[in-house]
Amino acid sequence: MDVLGYIISKYNYWGFVLLMMVGMYAMIVKNNLMKKILGMNILQTAIILFFVSTSAKTKATLPILEHGHGDHAIHAVDYINPLPHVLMLTAIVVSVATLGVALALALKVYKEYGTLEEDEIFEAQKKKLNPEMQEGEVNS
Amino acid sequence: MSSHFPAIIIIAPLIAGFLISLSSLANRRFCFPIAVAGLGIAFYSSIGLIVSVFEKGVIQYRLGGWAPPMGIEYRIDYLNAFVLIMVSGVAFVNIFAVKKTAERDLPEKLGPFYSLYVLFTAGLLGITATGDAFNLYVLLEIAALTGYALIGIGSGQNSGRAAHSALNYIFMGTIGASFYLLGIGYLYIATGTLNMADLARVLPSLFGSNVIMAAFAICMTGLFMKMALFPMHGWLPNAYAYSSPAAASLIAPLTTKVMIYVMIRICLFVFTPAFSFEFINIKGAMVIVASVAIVAGSLFALSQKSLTKMLTYIIVAEVGYMVGGFWLGNKEGMTGSILHIANDAVMTLCLFLAAGIFAYKIKPRGEILIKDLGSMFSRMPVTMGAFVVAGLSIIGVPPACGFFSKWYLILGGIKAGQYWFCAALIFSSLVNVILFFRIFESAFFGSTCSNHEHGSAHETGHHNDHEAVIDEAPASMLVPLLVSTAMLIVLGFGTKFIVTQIIEKAISGMI
Amino acid sequence: MNEIYSIQPFLGVLISASAVLFIITAKRPNIREGWPFLFAIINFAVIASMLPAILAGNEITFTVARVLPGVAIAFRVDAMGLLFGLVSSSLWIVTSAYSIGYMRTLSEHAQTRYYCFFALSLSAAAGVAFAGNLFTMYLFYEMLSFATYPLVTHHQDDEAKKSGRKYLGYIVGTSVGLVLPAMIFIYAGTGTLDFAPGGILSWAGFKPLLICGLVLMFVFGFAKAGIMPFHSWLPAAMVAPTPVSALLHAVAVVKVGAFCIFRTLTHIFGVDLLGSTGLDFLGLHSINMGTVVAVIASFTILTASLIALSQDGLKRRLAFSTIGQLSYIILGAALLSPKGITGGLLHIGMHAFGKITLFFCAGAIFVTTGVKNISDMTGIGRRMPWTMGAFFVGSLSVIGLPPCGGFISKWFLLVGTLESGQLAFMAVLLSSSLLNAAYFLPIVYRAFFCTEEESKFEKKIDEAPSWCLGPLLFTALVSIALFIYPHIFLTLAQMAAKTITGGG
Repeated sequence: MDVLGYIISKYNYWGFVLLMMVGMYAMIVKNNLMKKILGMNILQTAIILFFVSTSAKTKATLPILEHGHGDHAIHAVDYINPLPHVLMLTAIVVSVATLGVALALALKVYKEYGTLEEDEIFEAQKKKLNPEMQEGEVNS
Repeated sequence: MSSHFPAIIIIAPLIAGFLISLSSLANRRFCFPIAVAGLGIAFYSSIGLIVSVFEKGVIQYRLGGWAPPMGIEYRIDYLNAFVLIMVSGVAFVNIFAVKKTAERDLPEKLGPFYSLYVLFTAGLLGITATGDAFNLYVLLEIAALTGYALIGIGSGQNSGRAAHSALNYIFMGTIGASFYLLGIGYLYIATGTLNMADLARVLPSLFGSNVIMAAFAICMTGLFMKMALFPMHGWLPNAYAYSSPAAASLIAPLTTKVMIYVMIRICLFVFTPAFSFEFINIKGAMVIVASVAIVAGSLFALSQKSLTKMLTYIIVAEVGYMVGGFWLGNKEGMTGSILHIANDAVMTLCLFLAAGIFAYKIKPRGEILIKDLGSMFSRMPVTMGAFVVAGLSIIGVPPACGFFSKWYLILGGIKAGQYWFCAALIFSSLVNVILFFRIFESAFFGSTCSNHEHGSAHETGHHNDHEAVIDEAPASMLVPLLVSTAMLIVLGFGTKFIVTQIIEKAISGMI
Repeated sequence: MNEIYSIQPFLGVLISASAVLFIITAKRPNIREGWPFLFAIINFAVIASMLPAILAGNEITFTVARVLPGVAIAFRVDAMGLLFGLVSSSLWIVTSAYSIGYMRTLSEHAQTRYYCFFALSLSAAAGVAFAGNLFTMYLFYEMLSFATYPLVTHHQDDEAKKSGRKYLGYIVGTSVGLVLPAMIFIYAGTGTLDFAPGGILSWAGFKPLLICGLVLMFVFGFAKAGIMPFHSWLPAAMVAPTPVSALLHAVAVVKVGAFCIFRTLTHIFGVDLLGSTGLDFLGLHSINMGTVVAVIASFTILTASLIALSQDGLKRRLAFSTIGQLSYIILGAALLSPKGITGGLLHIGMHAFGKITLFFCAGAIFVTTGVKNISDMTGIGRRMPWTMGAFFVGSLSVIGLPPCGGFISKWFLLVGTLESGQLAFMAVLLSSSLLNAAYFLPIVYRAFFCTEEESKFEKKIDEAPSWCLGPLLFTALVSIALFIYPHIFLTLAQMAAKTITGGG
């Protein structure tokens, strides 16, 4: 089988896979929390696009019967499946909400540590822990 | 009225959530009663549900009257009626216990806190009750988003770390949920339906398809992430340990257990056992993964100095118990796994409530270390007593309930010939003995006395008897703790009933 | 044989446990110490009230709750269980009296806690004695482990901490690590855990290798019996106050361990199965599991006696003596002959009275003079003649010489070795007796017979407080009385042996 043809004929799916990988890469590798959040959003978007794309059809329309029953035969091929699109409305809401919570938390982290770089945050956490421990030893 | 219990159980806390938000604008005092009312109704409905499941069998409830597979169906059988009681019961009991902590630690955020609390519960109840794979995703995200926020609220010294670990939890949780969604997408492409019962009917003819295989793999990976199965547990310890004790005692007992329920639901009632256990051959591998999770979780727990951190790693090990038990693929293992969902929820609740009380009384602004618990037996005998019972239950000492689920898990392991799994369980029990007796010992011997705290050496030996003043937590925290402790014993004695009347019926025809 | 359904066994367990409530709420020390005494007597009365029915050949059963399919928390009192129940409950009365003298004289701290956990431990011991199935026995076995922890670590100092760790490490480690899986194996194979005189495994169709493994898991798993190499918790646990050592570490805890092994060997595996299951030893000739266990027990007997010789701490010497004597009981069961089994069971009772006398004496010496080591006890007989006299009687009983009860049990054990034709074990028993004499009699000798210069005590009678002295004299007298009137114990033991071996 012609591999190239195979890849090209499903180019949209390959695109989503690529997007997903980009998102995952950012979430795993990046040091900056904001970049991770962006990566997360890309990942979610990739999945949304995947769903939308599954029911996309050229030369088809919404499944609303203009003429009612009777006059025409109804061909499934003329209509797209609206369900994945509808589902993705929910998924979009979810992804926006996740983004909101993530940003709020990132803001809180920034207020606490003055940075969004993860290594600096760990550094700050260690620093914060150590004087605390020394203090604790004095106390106890 | 009672025929609408499947909807009420979710809608009551949902509405309560909004009412709390509204009323907190007017007067914060209303928040708590509304939350109690919402959770109380949910708890009452869950009892009503199991009663009617007993009477009439499986309940199929059509949300909004739309017939499945088009409409969303809520389907209550023995399995999720049991889990629903567990979820709503834990949430209901816990809310009384966290009132004091919440009022002291989060005085400004009481409204959001209670509102998130009930929404989180609503999400988990929904996950459990729904019979629709996509609806499950939405509710999964409701529970997850509220969970992130609850953890992120944090308190005291830990608030920065709480936010940071909540953020990490978001990343892992979102990847997990996205994977689940992707898997559902594959299933939908292959079958054209999202209703679980419908899927179970259509899928057997498609077993050979790669799409189904991929859907299964992706779904499971997502769920494993969400349930913190080792090695994907990284988010859990920090998130639970640094959150406010008020949030931890709700989230820790429930999240992972409900995710395990979802795994069981998807494997048994969507893909059907014929696919999960026979068609694809991952049983043995999963049991090994679970055994590794048990051993690793136990060892990590052993290396912790902080009480809550230790408890969180115990959760990681317990996830291994349940996953391993399920993938043994026989009746005993499955029984043990399902039984352990409830038992472990109550045990974890009990431990976290006790930890919350310690935090409230002795160290409101930081992590409680094990050495901070010196001479606790004399200072807080009731709390410590409850903690001992819960600890013994985790170790697996009869007649506490932890023993019985472990019993079934080991029995399943023996019957399936998976001796490594049995060995891992025994190993974890032994490690738990060390973990808890380290705490009991420090609480019994009063290690704080032997430090420099009291200066002179002559006081160290016998003084804690004369000096220790009983300084117990307020009754509002103690009563829920004692209720959950009593439940540990009641569940233990009720094992036969639960196993023969609920679990056997729940999985009948599956194995 | 009839079964009587009665709550008596459950009461025997419940009464001691409920003493805790009264002890906690008692305001004054006199009342607080009165309660254990009272409850001990009631408890003994309840347990003794089962005696006529058992002697008439009945069994008393009671089911508390059915917790798993095929498994219940259930009691079944037979001759063997009652024998052990009688021993432990009667000695509780004596120890309650002794505790008062000991704890008050030394003005120990946390006495309320002490009496509470003491009562709980006794309750657990009774639970083990009356358990009707392996699960119930395991439940009370674990309860006993945890209830005795605060007693062992009573002094709450670093030494107690260390010993406490060792104690729990061995006891809980082995029970969770070995007994629990073995128990589940049996349940997986048979679907039941109920004790039956002929064993329940005969029809399970286990492979011989598995059976051997299970036997060893039980023998080593019930580490309270102190079978080597899981014995070293016992000397460590001697940091506990002496009444604790006396009742728990000479009677209740260790005997519970031995009793559990005895029970599983005879009522789970069954004498026939043990006798017919064997391993091909090095391909040469097959030895049965009974012999394997007997060899393990013999090793412990001899080694413990040898170690005891070298101990200077009196309580440590007694501890090693206990380790050795416990294995007599196991050996009795492992001989698989009626006389051997009778002897093993009798030894539970006979050794208990002898050894508790010895421990009481050790405590009395410590209370009065503060001396713990044998080398410092030269001439102590002049100061405490009654105590040392009782000590002499106790040692005679443990060595197994007339006119003490220990003689009878040892006699039956020796006859048992003859009956089963395993003379090697007879040699073990006899040489152990010699060793026992070698480590006990010099103590007595040096206590009474020494020159004025050697003596470390003035020749002035200064005995222990009467709350201490009374109990130890009483148990010494009982030791002698058991030689003359062993009937109750003997009948019970013979009845048990008869049912176990199937009327033989």
